[in-house]
Amino acid sequence: MEVSTTNNANGASTKSKPHHSRFTQQELPAWKPILTPGWVITSFLAIAFLFIPIGLISLFASERVVEIVYRYDQECIPEMYCDNVTGYIQSSHTNKTCIKNVTVPKKMIAPIFVYYQLDNFYQNHRRYVKSRSDKQLRSASGEFSTKGCEPEAKLGGAPIVPCGLIAWSLFNDTYSLSIEGKVIDINKKGIAWKSDTNVKFGSNVYPKNFQAGDLIGGGKLNESLPLNEQEDLIVWMRTAALPTFRKLYGKINSNLEAQDVIKVVLENNYNTYSFGGQKKLVISTTSWIGGKNDFLGIAYLTVGGICLFMALNFILLYVFKPRPLGDPSYLSWNRNSSRQ
Amino acid sequence: MGKRGIGAKLLRSSLYTLANIRTKPSYKKEEATGELSGYPRVIHVNQPTVVPEDTSAPIFCSNYVSTTKYTFYNFLPIALFEQFNRVANFYFLVAAGLTFTDYAPFEWPSQVVPLALVVGFSLAKEMYEDLQRNWQDKAANCRKSTVHIGNGVFDSKQWREVCVGDIVKVKKDEFFPADLLLLQSSYEDGMSYVETMNLDGETNLKVKRALQNLSFPIVDDDKSSHFKDFKATIRCENPNSNLYTFTGNLEYDGHIHPLEPAQLLLRDSKLRNTEFVFGVAVFTGNDTKVMQNTTQSPSKRSKIELQMDKIIYLLFGLLIFISIVSASGFGLFVRNMVPFWWYLMPDVPGEDFDINNFLISGLRHLVTALMLYGYLVPISLYVSIEAVKILQARFINNDLHLYDEVTGVPANARTSNLNEQLGQVDTILSDKTGTLTCNQMDFLKCSIAGCPYGKRLSEVELAAAKQIAAQLESNDAESSSDDAASLEAITINDDGNVNKKETIKGFSFQDDRLQNGNWLKEPNADVILLFFRILAVCHTAIPEVNEKTGELTYEAESPDEGAFLVAAREFGFHFIKRTQNSVVVRERLSKDQEPVEKEYNILTLLDFTSKRKRMSVIVRDETGQILMFCKGADTIIFDRLASNGKMYLESTTKHLNDYGDAGMRTLALAYKKLEESEYSNWAEKFHKAQIASGPNREELLEELSDSMERELTLVGSTAVEDKLQKGVPECIDRLALAGLKIWVLTGDKMETAINIGFSCSLLRQGMKQICIVVDAEMLAESGKNVIKENILTQITNAAQMIQNKKDTRNSPFALIIEGKTLTYALEDDLKFQFLNLAVNCASVICCRVSPKQKALVVRLVKEGTGRTTLGIGDGANDVGMIKEADIGIGISGVEGMQAVMASDFSIAQFRFLERLLIVHGHWCYKRISKMICYFFYKNITLALTLFYFEAETGFSGQMHYDDWYMLLYNVFLTSCPVLALGVLEKDICAEFCLQFPALYQQGPKNLFFDWYRIIGWLANGVYASFVIYLVNLKIFSPESFRKEGQTADMYVIGTAMFTSIIWVVNVQIFLISHYLTRVQLHTIWGSIVVWYLIVYIYGMMPVKWSSGNIYHQLTEVLGPAHKFYLSTVFVTLLCNLPYLIHISYQRCYNPEDHHVLQEMKNLRKDVTDRKMWKSEQDKARQETEIGLSARVDAKMRNMKGRMTRKYSSLAVRSS
Repeated sequence: MEVSTTNNANGASTKSKPHHSRFTQQELPAWKPILTPGWVITSFLAIAFLFIPIGLISLFASERVVEIVYRYDQECIPEMYCDNVTGYIQSSHTNKTCIKNVTVPKKMIAPIFVYYQLDNFYQNHRRYVKSRSDKQLRSASGEFSTKGCEPEAKLGGAPIVPCGLIAWSLFNDTYSLSIEGKVIDINKKGIAWKSDTNVKFGSNVYPKNFQAGDLIGGGKLNESLPLNEQEDLIVWMRTAALPTFRKLYGKINSNLEAQDVIKVVLENNYNTYSFGGQKKLVISTTSWIGGKNDFLGIAYLTVGGICLFMALNFILLYVFKPRPLGDPSYLSWNRNSSRQ
Repeated sequence: MGKRGIGAKLLRSSLYTLANIRTKPSYKKEEATGELSGYPRVIHVNQPTVVPEDTSAPIFCSNYVSTTKYTFYNFLPIALFEQFNRVANFYFLVAAGLTFTDYAPFEWPSQVVPLALVVGFSLAKEMYEDLQRNWQDKAANCRKSTVHIGNGVFDSKQWREVCVGDIVKVKKDEFFPADLLLLQSSYEDGMSYVETMNLDGETNLKVKRALQNLSFPIVDDDKSSHFKDFKATIRCENPNSNLYTFTGNLEYDGHIHPLEPAQLLLRDSKLRNTEFVFGVAVFTGNDTKVMQNTTQSPSKRSKIELQMDKIIYLLFGLLIFISIVSASGFGLFVRNMVPFWWYLMPDVPGEDFDINNFLISGLRHLVTALMLYGYLVPISLYVSIEAVKILQARFINNDLHLYDEVTGVPANARTSNLNEQLGQVDTILSDKTGTLTCNQMDFLKCSIAGCPYGKRLSEVELAAAKQIAAQLESNDAESSSDDAASLEAITINDDGNVNKKETIKGFSFQDDRLQNGNWLKEPNADVILLFFRILAVCHTAIPEVNEKTGELTYEAESPDEGAFLVAAREFGFHFIKRTQNSVVVRERLSKDQEPVEKEYNILTLLDFTSKRKRMSVIVRDETGQILMFCKGADTIIFDRLASNGKMYLESTTKHLNDYGDAGMRTLALAYKKLEESEYSNWAEKFHKAQIASGPNREELLEELSDSMERELTLVGSTAVEDKLQKGVPECIDRLALAGLKIWVLTGDKMETAINIGFSCSLLRQGMKQICIVVDAEMLAESGKNVIKENILTQITNAAQMIQNKKDTRNSPFALIIEGKTLTYALEDDLKFQFLNLAVNCASVICCRVSPKQKALVVRLVKEGTGRTTLGIGDGANDVGMIKEADIGIGISGVEGMQAVMASDFSIAQFRFLERLLIVHGHWCYKRISKMICYFFYKNITLALTLFYFEAETGFSGQMHYDDWYMLLYNVFLTSCPVLALGVLEKDICAEFCLQFPALYQQGPKNLFFDWYRIIGWLANGVYASFVIYLVNLKIFSPESFRKEGQTADMYVIGTAMFTSIIWVVNVQIFLISHYLTRVQLHTIWGSIVVWYLIVYIYGMMPVKWSSGNIYHQLTEVLGPAHKFYLSTVFVTLLCNLPYLIHISYQRCYNPEDHHVLQEMKNLRKDVTDRKMWKSEQDKARQETEIGLSARVDAKMRNMKGRMTRKYSSLAVRSS
């Protein structure tokens, strides 16, 4: 549309004349997609044909993962302590060692990952999440910044390093595995993120006053090792999103054959009994989608299926009850008049 | 109605010796003193410093006028108070305050920064608007006026310094600074002419007259020392808003003189044609009539915003609900579970909980939860909406289609918060003069001696002819050639208007038979001559020499008289001079003849009143012949014709009907020859009656006039077109087709208003006119209750009539009501009956209404029907209406700026209303409703994921997102696409909006912001949040999420989830857009890209500066994980799948109008299938009884009816 910009005959000022551009006149070229039946069917089919293979591949990947989940919290209680589980676990004099066997169902190819899984443990509780001091963890100079660590901040005026509830409640069960007497080496290095060991946990920060109070929470730390080398702590400090969570315990760099019986020697130290939590040992391989997870594949397959169904539906509708595009009889005024 | 009548009488009194001055005789003195105590306001003239003796007397307000909302000092408190009066803002204020405490689930900037932005933005806007008002006030208050400062010396003072009791001198073309009591004018007899344009919109001059019995010496310009010792006391009524009443008295020299409205000069009216006047300020400042008529401008909010408030309340409800759920959950956890959670050290009570007191813990957590879920109520919504509306307003301002090339004025959206309301208008209440009409009368046609002259068509005829032609073209298959032939005549005539020559203001007549002296060749040349003479002599106008050009212009009481004089001049009868008792006309019969000046002695002038509906002059021409010229309403004149004067009656009547139907104002002209003796007998009686006093005087004069104005001979009739503004009939037609109702509220007389009704096609032949009128006598004599009863009977009768007539299609009703009657009809006990009647009528015309009444009518419609009203006007008299209506539109025409200043939108011409409503209104409505729905959707989506997560943390108030995500979500990550949607979205293009006016009804019916749709969107939000939360957790937890075996921590899952949210809401907005320009596409993709960038950059920042929660997260943790991408894709699709299926189904099998039109446009059906396209356009309209199309339809129906009758009668005969 062309608008003349010449001065008009009356000489009225054209200063206030709006500037003419496609933008100001709201005539920018635009893509006006119209959802035609063709498009509808094509898109649903496209989604279906994209999602179903992905679903299958994911499911396949998940199937390939071999996972051993072994719950040991109940079984590792000596019978005599059945009625006083908390007493057993809180006492420092009881024997916490517990030996169990698990069988490898299928061949597991290295790397194999060892996890501990806790249930009903609210690592995501706000009081818990807040109770740490990143500054203190980062460098020795931040030793005194224990803000937020209450109520596990100081011990008689001296700062606790690492302070806070998270560190204090460090998981301290240990596992050692062996097959037919041959110890399977669990590599505890490299289980934490690089960014954590390099930056967030300082190489000059050493534990101080840790677990030295009256109330002992969880595990102790090696006072001679800097925090960035204590990877168990680092992993533990990344709080989990849900009350049921797994954390990496270590890696096994050798293959496990099917039907191998693994002897697990557990140190059952950690108290989940007082709050009814479960403890599980998980030994798992991974694939490109990570651990064993059928959900992803099933979800993709389901949605792909729905889309396929919708596409067929629309095809049928289109065959039996087509609406020509731009058919004026669908305009409201025509429909109203036909109703009358 | 009396106003003009009084004016006419008074005007005459200054000009004709025979006239008598009708002051209230002094015998009323006792009566007046009796009323003395009844006047509460006592003013000591010329001694403003005297403190009234009576202590109870009110202290008069100063003349300072302020229309601002705030002062310098109270701006902040009041404006802030208003801001935090909004529930949402108050909530956020409290929330922001609480972020500084330990209750807060997040850091303070995430609450304080957005709130500061929102409030700061609104405050700036308020301040700017108030400053503008302040500047206007300043200009008015600092205007100069000349005031008596003592000792007969006048000096200039600013308006605001004028006090009650001051004597003020006002010169020609100046405005009156206050309501003045006229004391003296430059005319000997105290006459002065006043233009009240700003008050009532009428441009014709009003006459004001000083008290006669105050004898002041005649003064030259500046020697006015006689006011040195002038002392008087005025007692009058208290300030009120009634423009047409004023009572009081003036005590001077021991005499008491009663005062009447004719002595009151109102502020903001203008002195015209009078060198100067002196007056006493009676009312100043806010006491003045004009200020009393100003209605408080309510802060307007659009219906959508009001409904949005309800959604916000709903969300507040949801917020409180989930907060209570959260708090009780927390309480229960604290009581039942937390004591066993040794890792929390539950025995140490902290600020978050105390296991020994779970109730208190729960209550404290309620505060936290209320803050945490604050994202349900989008704080940025207000800012975004404001921003979108400002941009929309800029588009309105910049629209070249709304730019008037002639005056160089673009449209201006002065308050931007009503844009979408433009798309929901139901009733338009329009002023007439200056809005629909140009206030210019054009002499267009005449019928002389039974022969019609004037070939040009009136605008209505023209527009109708065009439409008929178009319709014939489109359905020529159906209509017979017979039909076409009969209409041919109209279409052919069209050519006459094409070659318009240079136009003369007030004269559009074109007919060679009469012009250029050709009329001499016509068979009835003598009658034509007489016709022209009547035009030139029978009037009350005064010629005025234009100082620059030397040309004569006419100051006439009504614009049609001016048009008559211009016409007479063009025909060769040039009225050049008026003296006290004569009229001089320069006659030039043909081109080659020298002009001759002829003087007509005016013997008697019988003036025009609305009751008499005629005026006559009795003149003696140069030959000594006494003639009476009379012009008046046709019915009145026809009753008074002599039996031998009816030669042209039949044909003239026919022409008059035609003219009337074409919306022209008609008058019949007649004359009578008088014998000397006959006249002198009558004149003697008349003179006696005039000087007589007593109650019967008026009646006697009336009777005498009546006896004289008989036995007339009809000469012909005139047809004057009240020139409509360009494009008005077409615009009204379009608006009517779009289903809008149009009411006209005018200060004009009923006759004029009806004429305009015809010319705008609001009325037409075949429409039943219901006039609700109470006659003057009844008003004067009967009590209020009787009058009301009378009105009620009229209303109920009319309502009954409408009810009985089921098929209103063929004879719709029109309601015409007059100002005085309206006063009663608007009272509480009658107004709903009145409204009920009015909404059942196809068109409503209210005439002679005061500014306040206009506002009241608007309020009645607004509150009575609950529909959206739009007030449009151009003058100061429309200000009340403009402010009261849901949307006020000012015409930024030539006169004054008050209407524009009070308006929400200003346009240069009425015709722009069409585009403003049907295009911009439609767009803005759709944009805003889409935008708001989407906004709620996206915030619910986010907020509920927080809730679900919180539930998993033992309701402890922990978030799995970083604080910065939350802050950036509304400000940065999702704001741009929604802004682009709100500004640029178009469902259909402007041409289609205009071609299919029925689409407009989507707005008034509120199809796109009804609860069905809103709930749908909220549900979609709930669904999306659910899917996002659940699927992400299922995918990421608890096993390892990548090949390297690591498991996901809380913030990893948070980021993955947030990524899904960003994708979901952006894809959703892509799906709801119909119109994707580069801007939208860039903002949508941009938002997604920016999200990844933010996660990347934020993650790369040294941990010292960031929270460290997501340090290197994208690069190290999530980036290499395939699941991260798979989850995003899957969640994005699954969240949008229901909507996708919904729109696919709707599109395919249940499309809305704009869908079909989009497809047609896409298939270029508008080009390839013209016939279908045209016929669809014709069908795409609302049932309406007004407008051109309805008129054409009616005409067609008539024609068809006639034909079928013809055929059926033929059939009967043949059988």
